[in-house]
Amino acid sequence: MFRSTRDGGASVWLSAGEATLLRTLVVPVMELLSDPTRPSPVKPAESTDVLDDLEALFAEVETPNPERPDDPVLARLLPDAYGEDDQAKSGEFRKFTESSLREAKKYFAQTVLETLPPKGGRVKLTGDQARDWLRALNDVRLMFGVRLEVTEDYEEHISGLDPKDPRAAAFEVYGWLGAVQESLVRAIAG
Amino acid sequence: MSVAPAELDLPRSADESVPDKPWLTIVWNDPVNLMSYVTYVFEHVFGFPKPKAEKLMLDVHHKGKAVVASGTREAMERNVEVLHGYGLWATVRQDT
Repeated sequence: MFRSTRDGGASVWLSAGEATLLRTLVVPVMELLSDPTRPSPVKPAESTDVLDDLEALFAEVETPNPERPDDPVLARLLPDAYGEDDQAKSGEFRKFTESSLREAKKYFAQTVLETLPPKGGRVKLTGDQARDWLRALNDVRLMFGVRLEVTEDYEEHISGLDPKDPRAAAFEVYGWLGAVQESLVRAIAG
Repeated sequence: MSVAPAELDLPRSADESVPDKPWLTIVWNDPVNLMSYVTYVFEHVFGFPKPKAEKLMLDVHHKGKAVVASGTREAMERNVEVLHGYGLWATVRQDT
């Protein structure tokens, strides 16, 4: 588990299996955040035509505010900012922030992928990288939480699961992720 | 040192509006987020001392939600965006 380093970061030793597991779990979060049905706005390349610019400007005004994503995991990763009862304000907020939030979350996940040793070994993180890891680990745990319908007393619930139930293994991974994240919080919170 | 200006008798217009109520950043309870993590986020994002961050975290945990900041709408929206980056379930609303 993670320990603090002298420079305000954290380090951990991961087995090859643990490194592979983390990579396998971070990638689907990134893919979910890269939903092609919601491309991030692309600026036209080198447009010098004023009319084109104006057209783009007005076209943008016509774009309806995006709605909360249908996928429940994505809806949890990118929640409504004004709660359920104010969809208009939430949509307006989403219009201006959702694509940058997606990019930020993909960046945190990318930090994990880039700092994971392919065959396991020591992971040494700076303070900033540790905070990226914290957020990426949390997003992975949120994905599990939604898919497994985790409740606060989930530990009591899993003890009753048939060991052959595929959810039993998933809960085990979820528990391990929580322990890794907890150790990282303690390593950098001081 | 500056000197307080003499009090001016400013004319009060009939339609003087009540100052806007402040906007609030609210964090909601979530079964996934670790208590230690939520405390850390409150310390790191808002610069709260640990006891205050822990108290707010416990309020979220036990009461289902807590107001963690108040101010202008823009500032609260910025908070919510940062908190969403950390995976906390945060919303903005105007105080009632």
